[in-house]
Amino acid sequence: MLSQYALAISGLRKSFDRPVVIDLDLRVKAGEFYALLGPNGAGKTTILRMVAGLLKPDAGSISVYGIDAQRDPVAAKQIIAWVSDEPMVYDRLTPLEYLEFVAGLWRIDARQAERHANELIDWLGLRPHANERCGGFSKGMLQKVALAGALVHDPRLIILDEPLTGLDAGSARQVKDVLKQKVASGVTVIMTTHILEVAERMAEHIGVINHGRLVAEGTLAELRARIGRETTLEEIFLDLVAQKEADLAAEAAA
Amino acid sequence: MSAAPATLPWFAAHEFRIAWRDWLAMTTGGKRVRTVVLVTVLALFYLGLHLLANALMSPWIASGIGPDKETLVLVTGTGFLFWTVMLSQALESVTRAYYSRSDLDLILSSPAPASRVFAVRTGATAFGTIILACLLASPMINVLIAHEGLAWLSAYGVLAGFGAIAAAISVLVTVGLFRTIGPARTRLVAQIIAGIVGAGFVIGIQAVAILSFGNMNRFQVLQDPAFIAAMPDPGSILWLPARGAMGDWLDVLLVLLFGLAALGLVISLTSRSFATHAIAAAGVSAARVQQSARTRPFRKASQRHALRVKEWKLLARDPWLLSQSLMQILYLFPPALFLWVSYGQSAGTYVVVIPVIVMAAGQLAGGLSWLAISGEDAHDLVVTAPIHPRAVLIAKIEAVLVSIAVVFAPVLALVWIASWDLAWVTALFVALSASSATAIQLWFRVPMRRTMFRRRQVASRAATISEALSSIMWAGTAVLAAGEQWLALLPGTLAVVVLIVAWAISPKGKRV
Repeated sequence: MLSQYALAISGLRKSFDRPVVIDLDLRVKAGEFYALLGPNGAGKTTILRMVAGLLKPDAGSISVYGIDAQRDPVAAKQIIAWVSDEPMVYDRLTPLEYLEFVAGLWRIDARQAERHANELIDWLGLRPHANERCGGFSKGMLQKVALAGALVHDPRLIILDEPLTGLDAGSARQVKDVLKQKVASGVTVIMTTHILEVAERMAEHIGVINHGRLVAEGTLAELRARIGRETTLEEIFLDLVAQKEADLAAEAAA
Repeated sequence: MSAAPATLPWFAAHEFRIAWRDWLAMTTGGKRVRTVVLVTVLALFYLGLHLLANALMSPWIASGIGPDKETLVLVTGTGFLFWTVMLSQALESVTRAYYSRSDLDLILSSPAPASRVFAVRTGATAFGTIILACLLASPMINVLIAHEGLAWLSAYGVLAGFGAIAAAISVLVTVGLFRTIGPARTRLVAQIIAGIVGAGFVIGIQAVAILSFGNMNRFQVLQDPAFIAAMPDPGSILWLPARGAMGDWLDVLLVLLFGLAALGLVISLTSRSFATHAIAAAGVSAARVQQSARTRPFRKASQRHALRVKEWKLLARDPWLLSQSLMQILYLFPPALFLWVSYGQSAGTYVVVIPVIVMAAGQLAGGLSWLAISGEDAHDLVVTAPIHPRAVLIAKIEAVLVSIAVVFAPVLALVWIASWDLAWVTALFVALSASSATAIQLWFRVPMRRTMFRRRQVASRAATISEALSSIMWAGTAVLAAGEQWLALLPGTLAVVVLIVAWAISPKGKRV
């Protein structure tokens, strides 16, 4: 059954030494660019790691395109790609060998994977380095290799955790262009970022997380309406975070 | 830190604080219970070593120890054995001083003189080397002190002097390698030299014992009358360290002064080039580009095969990790030599090599399993792939066991030439030992970068101890089973108990 939601999270909870995600409900429509914002330690990465299958939730459900990610993780992972701020690349493999390995893990036909890998290598400007081992690559090049790995199996949901950290302007532009094209072709992108201009320009929906809870969600216009003035996303974000801190302080005082 | 900033004592205090906290974090994880358990286990282990040393040395002590040639040869030979371990350890530590980045970038970019950092780190290397050698030798020295008197305390002074000499030689070798073969190869070559030096003397005298006396007792050479007769008289300068260890205070003083002077001289000669070499070493990983041999079409592969091929490629392409793992195979040289020279003799002759082969298989499997199972550089990628975690583990275990089979097949073939039955027994226990070590690594797996290989033994002491114990027990079982003795059931049962205990205390159910 096809779901209108690429991601549907309900009652999600996770604690480490303290609660990190608290009764979270979140819906992301198929084919949209969703930015998840929040201050450091808000719980954004924990939420996305649970969706990607890297962490077990304490409670709640995660559905990816209608697939219960906890009951059938393999089926969910088949259509998800995960890109973290630390590129998951092997120093001793070349970008092409890395893409061949990823294609093997996602059971992509070898010929189709090779064609697609070469397209991605060209698209991301990695051709001159396609046969060099990744060990000597810069952070930007490693991130592009990791992104190529995420795209080589044609995912329907791409989850990116701070993918632009440490990238130069040129590499960041390339990554953003790739993501825009993917969204235009119907792929869903969920991304956390501290670069609010990127979220402001690229995201159709924005969610703000603080202290493990979704404190606000909507389009940029809806968020502006919520705080009652025409301003930048940065101002909105700081307002929402400050409001939540004030609420928590009041709760604690009471 | 009360010393003036950027002075030698200030750097020394900084290094000591970092090293101490690092050691505490690795061993106890900041938990009081773990500290108590660790101290208790170490104390019991240390006591056990003393009892073992006492049992082994009592007959020798009872025969009377004097400054005669026999004693001087044996003490010098044993001392040289410890010194090779010290030199090996010092070589590794000095190489790390040049290659490990951590705070080196900060220090080298500061206006503080890099030569002082180097002096402190070389001093720390010498100190660490001396402590390790003292710990290793202390059961024997303490037994000698208990039986023969306090004069043997001077052996610690000799160890300190030789620790300083080992550190000085290590610095000279490392700097020499930097100048001759460059920073790109120095690390690997230094590690190989360290491994060969560490194992070389043990293997060498064992090889001589096999060729000359037909057995694997490495002390046979040092006790051979012909060998002793050929050695210089007791007054020779060659025996100065041995005489010092036995209580001649002037000789101890000479060894100490010589060691410290050599270390001081080497530090003063090489410390100025430290920054240059360390910066060159930093440039290696940043600038080195290695081309793959050729571009070939993508191959159709199952998920498990893709994982296996990845493991083999990574292992084959990392000479440093490979040398760290395969160094244990050096110890297979004496049994292989023994098999070779004993060709044609009765099967009973070969029984002595079986435990060595079985132990080596367990140790090698432990190292390779860690690399494949815990040492996953793209852990997130593998976990987010649409493959059942069990299938990932099976593929990685297959990669390890196939590698073990490839390494041990030639040795087993040599045993097979001698005895078909013995070959089967050896193969069975090689498989059991390797599988046990792999299982232990599986139960205690903690994702880490492969470059953390050296820390694997301190990451989980329970895993390290279980791995060693199971290898020892399987080796014992193998040798008794080869001799068709029912007693084999005892170490065999203990091996199974070790595995059950390891499984019970492993951190199950805490991973995705």
